[in-house]
Amino acid sequence: MGQVMLSVEALGVTFRRGGDTVRAVRGVSFDVGRGESFGIVGESGSGKSTVLRAICGLAPTTAGAIRLGGQVLETPRPADFYRRVQMVFQDPYASLHPRHTVDKVLSEPLAIHGFPDREARIERALADVGLGPDFRFRYPHQLSGGQRQRVAVARALILEPEVLLLDEPTSALDASIQAEVLNLLDRLRAERGLTYLMVSHDLAVVAHMCERLVVMQHGAAVEELTRAALASHRAETDYTRMLLAASAGYTPATT
Amino acid sequence: MTTLSRREWLLSDQPQSRRQARLGQVYRTWLSFRSNWLAMVGLGIVLLLILVAVFANVIAPYDPVVGGDLRTERFLPPLSQGHLFGTDDLARDIFSRIVHGSRLTLMVVVLVAVIATPIGLLVGTTSGYFGGWVDTVLMRVTDIFLAFPRLILALAFVAALGPGIENAIIAIAITSWPPYARLARAETLTIRDSDYINAARLQGASSARILWGHVTPLCLSSVIIRVTLDMAGIILTAAGLGFLGLGAQPPQPEWGAMIASGRRFLIDQWWVATVPGVAIFVVSLGFNLLGDGLRDVLDPKARK
Amino acid sequence: MTALLTVEDLRVTFPTRQGPSEVVRGVTFTLGRERLGIVGESGSGKSQTGRAILGLTPPPGKATARVLDFDGIDLRAASPATWRSLRGARMSMVMQDPKFSLNPVMTIGKQLMEALKFGATQSRSEAKARAIAMLEAVQIRDPERVFRAYPHELSGGMGQRAMIAMMLVTEPDLLIADEPTSALDVTVQVEVLRILDRLVAERGMGLIFISHDLRLVSSFCDRVLVMYAGRVVEELKASELKQAQHPYTRGLMNCLPQIEGGQRPLPTLERDAAWAK
Ligand SMILES: Nc1ncnc2c1ncn2[C@@H]1O[C@H](COP(=O)(O)OP(=O)(O)OP(=O)(O)O)[C@@H](O)[C@H]1O
Ligand SMILES: Nc1ncnc2c1ncn2[C@@H]1O[C@H](COP(=O)(O)OP(=O)(O)OP(=O)(O)O)[C@@H](O)[C@H]1O
Ligand SMILES: [Mg+2]
Ligand SMILES: [Mg+2]
Repeated sequence: MGQVMLSVEALGVTFRRGGDTVRAVRGVSFDVGRGESFGIVGESGSGKSTVLRAICGLAPTTAGAIRLGGQVLETPRPADFYRRVQMVFQDPYASLHPRHTVDKVLSEPLAIHGFPDREARIERALADVGLGPDFRFRYPHQLSGGQRQRVAVARALILEPEVLLLDEPTSALDASIQAEVLNLLDRLRAERGLTYLMVSHDLAVVAHMCERLVVMQHGAAVEELTRAALASHRAETDYTRMLLAASAGYTPATT
Repeated sequence: MTTLSRREWLLSDQPQSRRQARLGQVYRTWLSFRSNWLAMVGLGIVLLLILVAVFANVIAPYDPVVGGDLRTERFLPPLSQGHLFGTDDLARDIFSRIVHGSRLTLMVVVLVAVIATPIGLLVGTTSGYFGGWVDTVLMRVTDIFLAFPRLILALAFVAALGPGIENAIIAIAITSWPPYARLARAETLTIRDSDYINAARLQGASSARILWGHVTPLCLSSVIIRVTLDMAGIILTAAGLGFLGLGAQPPQPEWGAMIASGRRFLIDQWWVATVPGVAIFVVSLGFNLLGDGLRDVLDPKARK
Repeated sequence: MTALLTVEDLRVTFPTRQGPSEVVRGVTFTLGRERLGIVGESGSGKSQTGRAILGLTPPPGKATARVLDFDGIDLRAASPATWRSLRGARMSMVMQDPKFSLNPVMTIGKQLMEALKFGATQSRSEAKARAIAMLEAVQIRDPERVFRAYPHELSGGMGQRAMIAMMLVTEPDLLIADEPTSALDVTVQVEVLRILDRLVAERGMGLIFISHDLRLVSSFCDRVLVMYAGRVVEELKASELKQAQHPYTRGLMNCLPQIEGGQRPLPTLERDAAWAK
């Protein structure tokens, strides 16, 4: 691993509402190198999305530190943070504004950050994700799930970030469209030297996309693995072994 | 490629420009609105009100304030020669007064909409979006306004500001925003935690930008529907203030004030009070029908 | 085995400005007390098939069928009262988009209790106990908190499980599960499937399992229907999915990435206009 791009150190996130206290993330640490693709897998509700949200400042960091390019991120995030780090959300049906055309979705971030030559940038962003100019003025309800997710990817890439946070980018998509989106992400990373931090519950997807990954359970990181270790089913902890076994498909209870 | 008809251009699934996309959306809404004939009747009435108000000088055959000969032209019944709706106690042509009165009614409607809708939207979306103490403070203020019946509160304001049509409009406007604030807040609560709002935050959009560009457009349609449906009530409140002598002042041809002055002759010269009453009824009905029609096309939840 | 549900020539049509568009085109199958999978790509009409069976085709869409028979009841002629007594109590559906189907401003507990109202009469505390037991059964760690939580305070998978719990509290005879596990990690997925499995095996529930996850369907279901452009293009024993004949089914299988590593870039599906016929 070369230079460290993003480092998360003993991160803790606690939500409070009324009498309830939820310790969603408890002391998670990992480093992501520049240009690397790093995966997070784990139990549902184990805090994977919360880690990504905490990095973006959308969830409260109650312990630990997050560093981007060696510098500790303060809260609220500085303005240039959003040009360096962008996120793709889990659900393509919920992450596009229902009253905004694709064009509006893509021009909004350019307007916020005062980019020049917006027209050309929008056209290039659409071409990059494999959507023709025909799609530019459509509303989300005129797009299929896979097309929506591409728009979300285009929106994240239009500010030319260095780091892309991907929260289950394909779990709502069927196999053929999942393959298209994964290929697209792979190609863009190779072309632009992007750094990915990708959450998924599908071990096969993570094995395909990421060089290294961390396994989370109940708010904590239980194991860090390389792609090779995952591919040859060499896991240290019981939980990871269980995940691997379950990934092979459904087996009726034997008891 | 052959040239498309205008209709096809509007309904295209692949719009080629920002304008085409927006116009197409508007046209689709219009198409579904048009299929509701009651809504079209409402729209017709409201358009008629606007036309009459704009061209009042041309339409009205007489001056609305200066009457005719007090000896021969007082209390002429409807359909008498030259006076479609008859004349009143000061020998003024009632038709001309109704026509000019439509300007006052339209002014009330427009000003209240222009003042109350933005206040309601601003208070509601801000309160819903930020939550916490901002929400508590703004909503308690709203509750205080909501606790009083509108006419009573308006009466209190007019009593403090002094009678007159401008003060009546201000009083109605500041008493009619609270329901819109409530509505906008409820809508905001359902969308503020959604991923598309989070995505906007992640692009570095300021709170003001998110409120104005992302939250408000989603609250707008339900508030517009509500405002349109409330218009009947607003017209009635204005007429009520006029009737009580606290709104438009004589000799202004305000419909509520006309009923008030005509009620003394209700038994013998029924038309003096009835004609403005019918005018109020028709315009209120028009706004209600229009509001119902708008709800059908703009609010997907109410459609079933 | 007696048929619980018989569907013959089911069609769903939406009027569009280009004329009516048929999104489900003559689907025919019977369901016993078993697990039937429906797979197919996005937009192939899986969800609309499920909705049509429950009479939930969104207007202005229209569903027609030659036969639509649930346990001896002709659903085509069912009155609103019949529907009310069937839906929720005897047949229910886990909708695809949990975040859309849950009310964002109502706590999960309140929504669960509302679902329970359809079931037997019982006291509030009893209903609450049952609701919490159901949340526990779908592997939610602290059901008491989730009971009090609003949908946005849950993770993607928790929302989905809350939705499943809501549909299962009433113990229906027929469950249509539309992508019920797409946001769940594999271990929880297995637990949820076990619950469904148990309901099928012990209570004789009929299950229609809609999914785009071929691997999962082939290991969990008894039979699989493969849909393409509104038609059933292939019907198979689930265990024989690997030997599928139709190029579309085979294409779908090839698109999946492998843990052990494989092709890069992944093969994508080349669609053939002839498949839609
Ligand atoms: N705003 C919030 N308020 C309270 N609790 C929250 C909030 N957001 C998340 N949580 C809790 O934090 C925990 C972790 O949630 P998170 O969304 O990170 O899970 P996840 O690992 O992404 O799961 P999934 O795979 O199901 O999406 C859950 O128990 C959830 O209920
Ligand atoms: N309200 C509607 N009006 C018009 N067309 C519709 C409507 N709802 C669905 N459709 C169309 O019906 C077709 C089938 O949709 P359906 O939701 O059944 O797909 P699906 O197989 O469930 O796909 P996915 O895997 O993405 O959920 C799609 O082409 C869709 O565009
Ligand atoms: Mg998540
Ligand atoms: Mg579907």
